[in-house]
Amino acid sequence: MKRNAAAWMLAAPALFALGLFFFLPIAAALLLSFTDFDLYALADLGNLRFVGLGNYLTLLRTPLFGKALGNTIEFVVIGVPLSIATSLGAALMINSRLARFKPLFRTIFFAPVVTTIVAVAVIWRYLFNTQFGLINWALGLIGLGPVNWLGDPHWAMPAIVIFAVWKNFGYNMIILLAGLQAIPDELYEAARIDGAGPAAQFRHVTMPALAPVMLVVSILTMAAYFQLFAEPYVMTQGGPVQSTTSILYLMFTQGFEFWNLGYATAVAFVLFAILFALTLVQLRLSRRWSDR
Amino acid sequence: MKRQKILVNASMWLLGLFAVAPLLWMVSVSLMQPGEAAHFPPPLLPAHPTLQNYVILFATTDMARFFLNSLILATLASVISTSFNVMAGYAFAKLEFRGRDALFRWLLAALVIPAQVAMIPLFLLCKELGLVNSYAGVLVPSIATVFGIFLVRQYALAIPDELLEAARIDGAGEWRIFRSIALPALTPILVTLATFAFLASWSDFLWPLIILNDTDMQTLPVALANLAREHVQDIELMMAGAVITLAPVLLLFLMVQRYYLSGLLAGSIKG
Repeated sequence: MKRNAAAWMLAAPALFALGLFFFLPIAAALLLSFTDFDLYALADLGNLRFVGLGNYLTLLRTPLFGKALGNTIEFVVIGVPLSIATSLGAALMINSRLARFKPLFRTIFFAPVVTTIVAVAVIWRYLFNTQFGLINWALGLIGLGPVNWLGDPHWAMPAIVIFAVWKNFGYNMIILLAGLQAIPDELYEAARIDGAGPAAQFRHVTMPALAPVMLVVSILTMAAYFQLFAEPYVMTQGGPVQSTTSILYLMFTQGFEFWNLGYATAVAFVLFAILFALTLVQLRLSRRWSDR
Repeated sequence: MKRQKILVNASMWLLGLFAVAPLLWMVSVSLMQPGEAAHFPPPLLPAHPTLQNYVILFATTDMARFFLNSLILATLASVISTSFNVMAGYAFAKLEFRGRDALFRWLLAALVIPAQVAMIPLFLLCKELGLVNSYAGVLVPSIATVFGIFLVRQYALAIPDELLEAARIDGAGEWRIFRSIALPALTPILVTLATFAFLASWSDFLWPLIILNDTDMQTLPVALANLAREHVQDIELMMAGAVITLAPVLLLFLMVQRYYLSGLLAGSIKG
């Protein structure tokens, strides 16, 4: 009995804070998304009206929402495979017996992950500068370009993808590296005896052993990339011609520039639904995996 | 074998250059004369290194104030969330109470919910509580985190029950056991957690952007984003601002790298 009370005393502060500042707002968000909460309601709650699914129906009819959803999906579809491929490459290098200065490179590869996103987005905005940017200069050396990275609607999202790969690849590298190190040496030994070269070893030993980790890493990265916001806010302000307006960017402008808070909450819930679906896919797949 | 070795090491240097070049370029440009970086071909090193941009930055903007805001907020967030999380995580791991396991499952399920969904109602709540434009308002979402509780619990499960039982038989109270047995055993994960919280708070952007509209209260990322919109042409000045923002977190990471990476791994294996 005394222990029960002590346990509650220890757990209560954190649970209270989570309840008041996380779970309560989540529940309120669901209600809010069914109202027309705006600047007038902010001034006087008497102006608040219940609109049912009105906000969600408006979303479907708004071209900009479709565009924001499409842009975000473009970012995820290009960005996630590119990020994971880079992470895997880095992990394989660090894991290789042939590589030198491994601890140093591990630190260097990971450094972008801990950087403050706004600050590095400012750096990359200048690296992508059409006239004086380092990237166009380097492309010029091999006879390419110049590309109007952040000013051309076709290039702005790829530019943000390149920046995101740079910022994030070190994170998954660490997780994949742990996965690689968990593969028993005997497996490679056996493959070598069977006459498998490095490529065959990678295909038949490394990839199957790494598959479960790859699944988790892919889903987590997708979930993170769907939350794109600071990159377009700093680098492109959602432009040019809204080509980098993401779901969260739309939520922010609708909510805190136009104060359509009911509508903006509906936008946030669409994001939630997408992430929820992703998690279900992950659970289903990993269950199938462990059944085998 | 020899060719392979060259290939592996060459690609590693190349990827290393990709990772580190933007940061080196930032430092180099921050030391250039105003206007020097806007030339073609882009200069890689300052012709006459100068600290002028840093002087201008601190003289013409409230950079010192923003830095202090960020430092205070990140320190508070780190201390508060680590204390709350360690108490709850230990309770969930080692103390029996009614509904414990069901409650924990609900908490884990909540990890799926993106924080942004809560932000608009949270903003309205803070407005009601008078927390808009205050340190407290910035800190509110980071008082306790599900991830932190989860991480402490994982780690605390390894504390042997016999140790706790022995202390109880000796007549030690639960609070005393927590302080003198659990806390020392949990120190490594506390360092990890405190670092995570510090870095997360230092780099957080969307929430401070929403809750702070008073210039005086702004954190470095919010202030830097504003400056970057105003001073598009002043590359050298902006790079000095980026150095000020990044130096503390990079130094912190280098100091506690081992804790940080092992914590990251413990947190990623959710099972």
